[in-house]
Amino acid sequence: MTSLSLRASLREVSVPPQMEIVYAHPAALADVPMHYCPGCSHGAIHRMIAEVVDELAIRERTLCVAPVGCAVFAYKYFNFDSCEAAHGRAPAMATGLKRILPDRIIFTYQGDGDLASIGANEILHAALRGEPIGVIFVNNAVYGMTGGQMAPTTPVGMKTTSSPLGRDPLTQGRPIHLTEMLATISGVAYAVRRSMHSVAEMRKTKKAIRLAFQAQLQGLGLSLVEILAACPTNWRLTPVEALDFIRDRMASEYPVGDFKVDERLRNWSGEC
Amino acid sequence: MARALWKGNEALAEAAIRAGVDAFFGYPITPQTELLEYMARRMPELGRVFLQAESEIAAINMVYGAACAGARAMTSSSSPGISLMQEGLSYIAGSEVPCVVVDIMRGGPGLGNIQPSQADYFQLTRSAGHGDFHPLVLAPATLQEAVDLMYASFDLAFRYRTIVIIAGDGALGQMMEPVEMPPMRPPAQDRPDWAVFGAKGRPPRAITSLYLDAEELEQVNQRLQAKLKVIAAGEQRWECYLTEDADYLVVAFGTVARIAKSAVRAARAMGVRAGLFRPISLWPYPSGMLGTLIAQMRGVLVVEMNAGQMLEDVRMAVCGRVPVRFLGRMGGVIPLPDEIAAEIVHMARTRQRGNGHGAQRLLQFKE
Amino acid sequence: MPQGAVLIRSDRCKGCGLCIQACPQQVLAFAETFNARGYRPVQLDERERSCTGCGVCAIVCPDVVFTVYRQPLRQPLRRAERR
Repeated sequence: MTSLSLRASLREVSVPPQMEIVYAHPAALADVPMHYCPGCSHGAIHRMIAEVVDELAIRERTLCVAPVGCAVFAYKYFNFDSCEAAHGRAPAMATGLKRILPDRIIFTYQGDGDLASIGANEILHAALRGEPIGVIFVNNAVYGMTGGQMAPTTPVGMKTTSSPLGRDPLTQGRPIHLTEMLATISGVAYAVRRSMHSVAEMRKTKKAIRLAFQAQLQGLGLSLVEILAACPTNWRLTPVEALDFIRDRMASEYPVGDFKVDERLRNWSGEC
Repeated sequence: MARALWKGNEALAEAAIRAGVDAFFGYPITPQTELLEYMARRMPELGRVFLQAESEIAAINMVYGAACAGARAMTSSSSPGISLMQEGLSYIAGSEVPCVVVDIMRGGPGLGNIQPSQADYFQLTRSAGHGDFHPLVLAPATLQEAVDLMYASFDLAFRYRTIVIIAGDGALGQMMEPVEMPPMRPPAQDRPDWAVFGAKGRPPRAITSLYLDAEELEQVNQRLQAKLKVIAAGEQRWECYLTEDADYLVVAFGTVARIAKSAVRAARAMGVRAGLFRPISLWPYPSGMLGTLIAQMRGVLVVEMNAGQMLEDVRMAVCGRVPVRFLGRMGGVIPLPDEIAAEIVHMARTRQRGNGHGAQRLLQFKE
Repeated sequence: MPQGAVLIRSDRCKGCGLCIQACPQQVLAFAETFNARGYRPVQLDERERSCTGCGVCAIVCPDVVFTVYRQPLRQPLRRAERR
């Protein structure tokens, strides 16, 4: 496959005219290059959100609240309205937006530091109020933007730039399981954890994003999709190795699964 | 409309409602809580948004979100709560969305107490958050003025896409006075052309305060500063009281200013021609008018319920042309007319003896 | 005649290789040359002629570089596959 002789034979592909397009750039995703590192999961998660927005035909009434973190520029990548929140405050900002625009689809896009650390109070109380907003919670176990420091979600023993000897539970605590915590709150309609480490898991991730948006369309309460995501750069791994790290290290601490699914959502028969 | 007796915090709330506020987000803190409680009763019955947030941090960020959607959004708090709101205020300023904030100041630093204070002067006019910006800060001295300024605040906030802060103190928030309420205005129907509410029939919009490129952020700052210059030129407000023939000028704002009026009259009864200059806009500070008045004065007395914060603005306007004295009470102590009058008379007598010239007694704290 | 094909926006590719690893037909590989951003973009090995247009590359790609084509007659569209 990667032999020199094969490489030498690669050339520009021409598509036979009778073929039809089965996958193209989603309309809800801006046609611009994204700034993320090679193999970073953010780009694929953005794309899935955009695909869901297109499939539900809600682009003209969807608003994204972007976080502080690597996805700080998320608002540049979506073809719908957006705002940039202060670090961790996206659920409060989304609350303000949703109260004024109750018929719009409002979601926050937050990393683990943003949501589970500095913004833990805001997400907790948005959940308690049952704000009908969507929360896309990207958990890559580190503070990516600032260069790979320990996050509240960093697994025990994992070395980061601020836990150089590995996270020590005696002095640095244990990883927070925010999705399980929020699933105990009655205002939460949908709380699931998904992963980006395989094609099958990514398909489930997209389905979960779609259900989260569907929960909001039905006004059911807060919906949260935690996504185990790769940060090859700060994990010091290749993009392919990073997927193994999710599967082997992160998924054992953070099992994928459904922690809360509103019955009315279970009965929804929409295609995913 | 007939005058009726109102409590300060509730009068501010009703004035905001009549001005067409769409959404109130707040958190309880003495001495402003009645404002929040009044909103909790009135806003739902009008079909508008009231939400008690989990913190002042959340409240100001809810205001930020609602303001991004083009709503007339506001919050109210007191000094420690305003400290917590600084983050959100900075983002709102950087994003250039309008909002109104009421600060019913209390004693500090730290938990301090719940008595009246003016010690947020720097916080509001100088350091309402990180980065270069100033909110438009309005300091009423009476409840009627508080209502009138509150009523005008959303128009100012939307005209300049800026933060307007109504700066009162615990006395103003808690006192009762007769007030004539302005008429009820209908909530605004159209959404501003900068707001985000769904990209239907137009390109998507993003509201942000993030500009990674240095030159780009400098340009944003230059635009902000240009806007602040326009506000500084057009929105200075003040009141002059008995200044036409005055030799000595008292400068005070808010609650202290109404006390100072009694002191000015008392000083005149003791033979000192005193007047009062009362800044209503704390930012922009009415330096030009103060500087003009100074030409006829032999001395200036600044009175505040803090350690001398507006004093700096007065000294900049006076530029050393006449002696500036300061009388400050802190910790929730309200200066009495008699002690202010005694300071005015003392200033005049030392000045006549020639002892006071150039020797500014900047700080005089009463035990 | 191949069942499918992909168009690759080489200028957008960051050479992460996730698609190469995921491709069931193993018909993707890094190019020999670099793109303008300094990455070696992925390319379809047309010689293999075995791309089925399954779209797995588009699913795993973080940079949305793939447009996926498929023969309509030889393999009916399975829309669910791209969702």
